Amino acid sequence: MTDTLHYEIVSPERLLKDAEAAMIVVPGVEGDFAALPDHAPMMSTIRPGVVEIFETEGATPDRLFVKGGLAQISPSGLTILAEETIALDSVDTGELNQKIADTREDIDDAKDDVERARLEKELAWMVALSDVVAG
Amino acid sequence: MPSLKDLKVRINSVKSTQKITKAMKMVAASKLRRAQDAAEAARPYAERMEKVLTGLGVAVKDQPGASPLLVGTGKDDVELVIVATSERGLCGGFNTNIVKAARVHLRAQIAAGKTVKVLCIGKKGYNVLRREFKDKIIDVKDMSAVKRLGFGDAQPIATEVLAMFERGEFDVATLFYAKFQSALVQITTKQQLIPAPMPEAANENEGSDDLGGAVYEYEPDEAAILEDLLPRNVAVQLYRGLLENAASEQGARMTAMDNATRNAGDMIDSLSITYNRTRQANITKELIEIISGAEAL
Repeated sequence: MTDTLHYEIVSPERLLKDAEAAMIVVPGVEGDFAALPDHAPMMSTIRPGVVEIFETEGATPDRLFVKGGLAQISPSGLTILAEETIALDSVDTGELNQKIADTREDIDDAKDDVERARLEKELAWMVALSDVVAG
Repeated sequence: MPSLKDLKVRINSVKSTQKITKAMKMVAASKLRRAQDAAEAARPYAERMEKVLTGLGVAVKDQPGASPLLVGTGKDDVELVIVATSERGLCGGFNTNIVKAARVHLRAQIAAGKTVKVLCIGKKGYNVLRREFKDKIIDVKDMSAVKRLGFGDAQPIATEVLAMFERGEFDVATLFYAKFQSALVQITTKQQLIPAPMPEAANENEGSDDLGGAVYEYEPDEAAILEDLLPRNVAVQLYRGLLENAASEQGARMTAMDNATRNAGDMIDSLSITYNRTRQANITKELIEIISGAEAL
C-alpha cells in the first residue's frame, strides 16, 4: 500500500496540479467523498464546491474552488477534470454578490428554457462560491 | 530608364518594407511560441476527456435514449459548418486554405441537397465566404478583441452552438481549422463536433482498456455522467481547434514574413545593381562630354 495518492487537476487551459497527497476531499454530485490511496476505481461528476487537498495527514488542507467537472479515480491516482478553478483568496465578495443579483434578474427575464437552464447553472456555482467564502 | 532619384526612392521604400516584414516575422515568432505553449498545455485535458468519453460512449451508445450529442438526431439534413480563420491577414495561405476546404465541402453538401448553415469565427474567412454563401452565414464571431485565447473565449460560442442544437436547428456540426504541425506545415482539418465522433473499431473491451482495465463505479450512472460530459466536450474540442488555429496562424505568418523579407533583400540587391550601373553610365557620359568638348577646341 502506498501512503500517498497521486493526483492531477486539469483545466481546459493547462495542467494545474500534478502531485502527491495523503487525502483529497472531492465535492461529488451525490455528496462529498474523500479519496485515499488505493481507493476503488470510480468516476463522479463534481458539483460546484471546494476540493480540499491534505498533503499530509492532519495538515491544514489546501482549498480550491472548482466550478464543476469530473473526478476519476483509477489505480494510478485521482484525476480531476475541472471546468474552472478559483483560488478562494482572490474572490471579491461585493462583486460576487452583485453578479448573483444580476444573474437572478437575468433568470427572470430569460426568454426560453434553454437560456434559463444555462443561467441557473451559472447561478448555482456563484451561490456555492459565496457560501464557501462566507464560511 | 528610371532616373537615379527614382531608383533611390524605390530602394528606400523596399528597405522600409523589409524592416516591417522583418519586425512582423519576429513578433509572429514570439507569438507562435506562446500559442504553441498554450496548445500544448491544453492537450492533457482534451486527452483525458477523450479517454473517458470513449470508454463511456462505447458502453452507452447502444442503449436506447442515448444523448443525441453522441448518437446524432438520426438525420443529417442540416449541417452547421463552423469555419475558424484569423482576424488579420498577411499570413500566407493560411486563411485561403481553410476557406478553400470549407468551400469545397459546402458546395458538395449543397449539391447533395443538404441545407447548410455557416458560422464564421474570425472575419477573414467571413469576408471571403460571404461572396458565395452570404445567405447561409448565420453569424460571425469577432475574435479581434481577444489577446490571449482562453477557455472563456471558446465557451460562449460552444454554448450558443449547443443551444441551437437543442432547438433542433441543425443535425450535424463540423469545424474547419488548421492543425498546427510546424511553422512550415499547417494541416487544414475538418472535424466533426456533433455528434461526438466515436472510433468505430473500438469495441467494449478496448473501451475498458482505456480506463486502465478496472471496473469503475459510477456516481451517478454512466448515462448521467455522459450527459454532463458531452456538452463540455464540444466546448473543449472547439477550444482546442481555436488554439491550434492560433498557433497555425502565427506559424504561417512567420513563414510568409520570412519569405517577404528575403524577397525584399533580393529586390534591394538587384535595384542597387541597376542604381550603380546607371550612376556609372552617367559619369561616363559626362566624361565623354567634357573630353569631346576639350577636343573640339
